[in-house]
Amino acid sequence: MSMSDINTADQPATFEFSPENLEEAKKHIAKYPEGRQASAVMPLLDIAQRQFGGWLPQAAVRHVADMLDMPVIRVLEVASFYTMYNLNPVGKNFVQVCTTTPCWLRGSDEVVSGCKKALGLKPGESSEDGEFTVIEVECLGACANAPMMQIGDDYYEDLDEASTIKVLEALKAGETPESGPQSDRKGSEPAGGLTSLQENT
Amino acid sequence: MPTLTIDGVEVTVDDGMTLMQACEEAGAEIPRFCYHDRLSIAGNCRMCLVEQENAPKPVASCAMPAGDGMVIHTNMPSVKKAREGVMEFLLINHPLDCPICDQGGECDLQDQSMAYGGNDSRYTENKRAVTEKNMGPLIKTVMTRCIHCTRCVRFAEEVAGVEEIGALGRGEHMEISTYLEQSMTSELSGNVIDLCPVGALTSKPYAFTARSWELEKTESIDVHDAVGSNIRVDVRGREVMRILPRLNEDVNQEWLADRSRFAYDGLKKRRLDKPYMRVDGKLQPVSWEEAFKTVADKLGNTDASKIAAIAGDLADVEAMIALKDLMQAVGSSNIDCREDGILHDAGNRGSYLFNSTINGIDEADAILIIGADIRSDAPIINARIRQRWLTGNAKIAIIGENTDLTYDYDYLGAGPQTLQEVAEGKNSFCDILKGAANPIIIVGKQALAREDGQAIAATAAAIADAIGGTYNVLHTAAGRVGGLDVGFVPQDGGRNVAEIVAGAASGDIDVVYLLNADGIEGEGLDKAFVIYQGSHGDAGVKNADVILPGAAYTEKDATWVNTEGRVQQGRRAAFPPGDAREDWTILRALSGVMGKTLPYDTLGALRARMVEIAPQFDVLDDVTAADWQGAGQAGELSDAVFTNDGVNHYKVNPICRASETMDACEQNRAEISEGTGTNG
Repeated sequence: MSMSDINTADQPATFEFSPENLEEAKKHIAKYPEGRQASAVMPLLDIAQRQFGGWLPQAAVRHVADMLDMPVIRVLEVASFYTMYNLNPVGKNFVQVCTTTPCWLRGSDEVVSGCKKALGLKPGESSEDGEFTVIEVECLGACANAPMMQIGDDYYEDLDEASTIKVLEALKAGETPESGPQSDRKGSEPAGGLTSLQENT
Repeated sequence: MPTLTIDGVEVTVDDGMTLMQACEEAGAEIPRFCYHDRLSIAGNCRMCLVEQENAPKPVASCAMPAGDGMVIHTNMPSVKKAREGVMEFLLINHPLDCPICDQGGECDLQDQSMAYGGNDSRYTENKRAVTEKNMGPLIKTVMTRCIHCTRCVRFAEEVAGVEEIGALGRGEHMEISTYLEQSMTSELSGNVIDLCPVGALTSKPYAFTARSWELEKTESIDVHDAVGSNIRVDVRGREVMRILPRLNEDVNQEWLADRSRFAYDGLKKRRLDKPYMRVDGKLQPVSWEEAFKTVADKLGNTDASKIAAIAGDLADVEAMIALKDLMQAVGSSNIDCREDGILHDAGNRGSYLFNSTINGIDEADAILIIGADIRSDAPIINARIRQRWLTGNAKIAIIGENTDLTYDYDYLGAGPQTLQEVAEGKNSFCDILKGAANPIIIVGKQALAREDGQAIAATAAAIADAIGGTYNVLHTAAGRVGGLDVGFVPQDGGRNVAEIVAGAASGDIDVVYLLNADGIEGEGLDKAFVIYQGSHGDAGVKNADVILPGAAYTEKDATWVNTEGRVQQGRRAAFPPGDAREDWTILRALSGVMGKTLPYDTLGALRARMVEIAPQFDVLDDVTAADWQGAGQAGELSDAVFTNDGVNHYKVNPICRASETMDACEQNRAEISEGTGTNG
């Protein structure tokens, strides 16, 4: 990660928190003792990213640095360390496909190919209309329902190629598909029905 | 005081010391990359692993506090194996470009791989490559070589006080960079080159010009400010290839200001390499004999009261003594070394010294800085004040310009009015000063180099007396304190610099001898016959009728007295160019031509004369404390605020002004302040 990896073309000149978000940011700052306001850097960056539509422009990094009285480089160190902050523009629907071992064993290749079929996007690509970005990520901690992908804040689990395409087509059509397992199981119950604690059902 | 056993040797160390320090006490050498005495502990290179009995695995000795009863082994096979493992990981992505790396020959990684490196690599994959970063005109980066020790990051944050370097990304993608890839806005940025244990950050002006083992190293003293930083001049043939700091805990620790480190290319440009004489309005090269004859005739045939001599910022003590003695022989009392016009009283040594000493800053608990652009005038002293500020319990206040000094301070006001308030006890900072056990007052050039300078000095001295504090003058010229110490000031009724210039304008002064004096303000010298002795064709030669080429500071054995009054000797690292000569020998030869031969033929004899004039010259490398007898003269204070008056940090003397590197620094700084809209 270096400064040259940050796309300069789409950067806005300035960034300001909206009134509600400013309120929220101040709540986070107030959690820490005076002089320790830098501790609020991560929630503030998150709020800024959400406000800006899923990515964090440099103007927002500088704005947060100003607010917390931190050197810009320290804020950028944080923002570049955590993969959850996107320093370059991403699509409105930010599709993160887990391809770590448990998901891969359970067929994450199908999820990747589903993305390719539904959106025409390989991991790392964005659609031209700015609606979708697909990336490969490491374990998102939902191995019990592997394979899975995260879109925005929602997890879509127990996927195969068909259900992946279904979810993505629904998003394309402007609908909000229901999150969670896309198979017939509930939560992370055993596939094929309960094997224990059956008395109470 | 824990007692522990290291390799069978029992040592007792101070509380709070780390295992690494304890090992060093016990005589065991510990390899390291990230650990540095003057920086915070990072513990990220893992090279300093040692075996601790009853510990489950090797411990990083730099970050482990020494504990009572610990049993440590540093020379077991397991320790060597652990370090070899660390080294192998470090070398996974380190390029094998030592033959074309400027760090080669003085590289920590190279040296330590001799002890801990494997015979061959087990890594067959592609090495990672990292794009180079722009860090300005001084620092060349080859970031593929970086081993992420973060010394440069910690230096910028802790010592330089400019948090502009950071580590972006994580894991294999971590890269060291400045924000927006511009240079650090610090006057001490060059020190990251010394700190870098590998060849990731190297000197840009020195790049590919020499190898470290072919350089001849001479220990000397820096003259670009009045701090007297200890330096090592590396020379190949006659050419100065680079300048590095030398450890001196009392002065510059191990840091060096950029100006002192990088202005050396100015030593090769605009040099005066033969004597010149003005013939029909044009300067023509002449022989030493002709030049001496002309000067001797002129000095011999002019009324002594119409002869004057001025020693400038870069004049060394030996030359000033020779010139003073020569002027005495001629009978002139118009001599002055106070080129900037500050009327220091040469008879009252305490009134012009930095009496606290630089080390004394560490003990100060309240610091009042009056009219000093301290970050620019003396970056090393500014870093000391910052170091003091970081340890806490020190209050700092400024009267003068409100600029970023890299530490927090109370801004009291801009000019003498505020000073007066403090003197009268009306300012809020007075209570802090009075309550402090060891307050110090630092007065700078902006406060003193003005009409009411002596009144300001008196007011500041009165404050120092009232609060029981120490009065300090921050000089900006390397030659000034030495000149004052040998009494290179107007003798009984003689003229000072301003009066000499005015006298030249009005025709009362006919002959002016300028020794390294390039900063004379005011018109009038063009009317007099001017003899200029110096190293560079700079401002001083403009009106010169005869030019006598002298040696620059790296080309002569010379004595310098820093702002504290510390007497230090610089040594000749290279010979002066062409016909140029060491300055005192020029004056000695001239005296012979004039028939007023000075009574010293050797440097030793001249230095004996020096001690005769001022006994403190017998005490080298140490400060001879001065008696405190007050400073300045009471008088009216004007309303004018203290200003820096356009002094350009990178252009303070003829050497800097001739340096292209300093040009580049100046331009770079201008671009950065335009880009961000601040004067950071």
